[in-house]
Amino acid sequence: MQKEIIIAGFGGQGVLFGGQVLAYAAMDNGLDVTWIPSYGPEMRGGTANCTVVIADHEIGSPLVKNPPLAIALNLPSFDKYEETLAKGGTLVVNKSMVDHAQRRNDIHTLFVPCSEIAEEIGDRKLLNMVAVGALLTSLPEIKVEDVEKALEGHLPARHKHLLPKNFEALKRGFEHAQKEWDKIPA
Amino acid sequence: MPKELWKGNEAIAEAAVRAGLEAYFGYPITPQTEILEYLSRRMPELGRAFVQAESELGAINMVYGAACTGVRVMSSSSSPGISLMMEGLSYIAGTEIPAVLVNVMRGGPGLGNIAPAQSDYNQAVRGGGHGDYPRIVLAPASVQEAIDLTTLSFDLAEKYRMITMIILDGSTGQMMEPAEMTALSEPKRKNFEWATNGAMNRERRILSSIYLNPLDEEKTNLRMLKNWKNVQANEVRYKEYFLEDAKYVIVGFGTAGRVALSAVREARAQGIKVGLLRPITVSPFPYEALDQLTSQAEAFLVAEMNMGQMLDDVLLTVRGRVPVEFYGRPGGVVPFHNEILDEIHRIATGPVTVQTDPRESWLTRMYGNLKIAVP
Repeated sequence: MQKEIIIAGFGGQGVLFGGQVLAYAAMDNGLDVTWIPSYGPEMRGGTANCTVVIADHEIGSPLVKNPPLAIALNLPSFDKYEETLAKGGTLVVNKSMVDHAQRRNDIHTLFVPCSEIAEEIGDRKLLNMVAVGALLTSLPEIKVEDVEKALEGHLPARHKHLLPKNFEALKRGFEHAQKEWDKIPA
Repeated sequence: MPKELWKGNEAIAEAAVRAGLEAYFGYPITPQTEILEYLSRRMPELGRAFVQAESELGAINMVYGAACTGVRVMSSSSSPGISLMMEGLSYIAGTEIPAVLVNVMRGGPGLGNIAPAQSDYNQAVRGGGHGDYPRIVLAPASVQEAIDLTTLSFDLAEKYRMITMIILDGSTGQMMEPAEMTALSEPKRKNFEWATNGAMNRERRILSSIYLNPLDEEKTNLRMLKNWKNVQANEVRYKEYFLEDAKYVIVGFGTAGRVALSAVREARAQGIKVGLLRPITVSPFPYEALDQLTSQAEAFLVAEMNMGQMLDDVLLTVRGRVPVEFYGRPGGVVPFHNEILDEIHRIATGPVTVQTDPRESWLTRMYGNLKIAVP
């Protein structure tokens, strides 16, 4: 088993942390995992992305050209990763920040209003957790409870008071994505 | 110890601390600044020495001074910064004292860029500094290996009184992976018979790289080579993947090696008998292991993130007995595994022939792949 996930968006949308949470959950589940950020002379408001690979064997390349799973938190990421996603893959799109429908019919595109759901919960910064929750509907190797445990186990003590809202964000994202799946013809 | 998620650069820093690092001297440069940043907090916390020097020249000469006292000492930098350290490195080599230097390589030459590259293989393995000196060069491909090799680097440096370099690229430095650390313990100072650590109640010792009489320098050079032969006999490390029945053998170190592993797995799933030899010590190079594979392999493929530097070591070993092909992505580009898979398909469907310089046909293919005009 090996799965690759790309998470992309604007700097400040919690792209890197979203990937780290998945990496912690995979590690705690006894899987091998790599987390690698795009790094460069980035500027605020620029794009950020990270690649997470999980496997039950020694991981080779930490980067991937055509991932089966991706999260696009903004419009440029949607356009970019819709193109490169592997056939049959799942793309979670932050519906709050895109203005057009999907172009490909050979992948599953799940539109989730991550920013709006996060604001409903009371913290717009939680949009990454909403998106991660949605992605988990396509990642049976990691359950929502695994991510909750990872957050509990690895979040610095000073952020522990944020746990309940993070849990809610994960759950809301997961549930919304499930409804999106129901709309997709089998 | 339980596994934790460690970033490559920080893992190297902490592993050095746990190996008994007593003094670190450095100067910031991307993509390795996390090593310096981490140690700027960690070393004072433990009452150990951390100095951000005024320049790389300053840093390496501070390393030289501290190394003379026999304590565990290290510096780290990235390609252009390592170039600045080469004079000091040669002096350390000439003085035959242990020191550890980490190079988190980036695209070059010149200022280049900050993207992952393996462009300093030749500098690390064959020289860089002036004069005739051997050095140990370790090339981790994962965060766990970076930790283990950092620990090992201090032992090897002391055992052979030799510079030990760790070379990795920016992606391993920035990557996070689950890894296990060794326990933290107090540094144990060894009372080396050569260390200039205070001459109270004993005869004075002198450490120097000056041998004004050429015959003395020649003797020193020969002693270094004899010492190097011991390193070659005892310290070669590499990892083999799917080599048992391999008809095609990929050779790649560091990140290029692990990208090749993904390609090998996929090719194996398609029934192609391909394996991977990943050198962990690139100096001493695993000549013997590679030599043995020459009787089994129908062709080799060398994969690197440069224009073919380790390739020369493979060509030296294979000596025209079977074809050696090359695939590289220089300049700070990390290849995707699909690219190496395409190369495996090309070689497996053949024919491939023995070439004097495999770079030439690679260059032609590159211009085609990148759709750029041949200048």
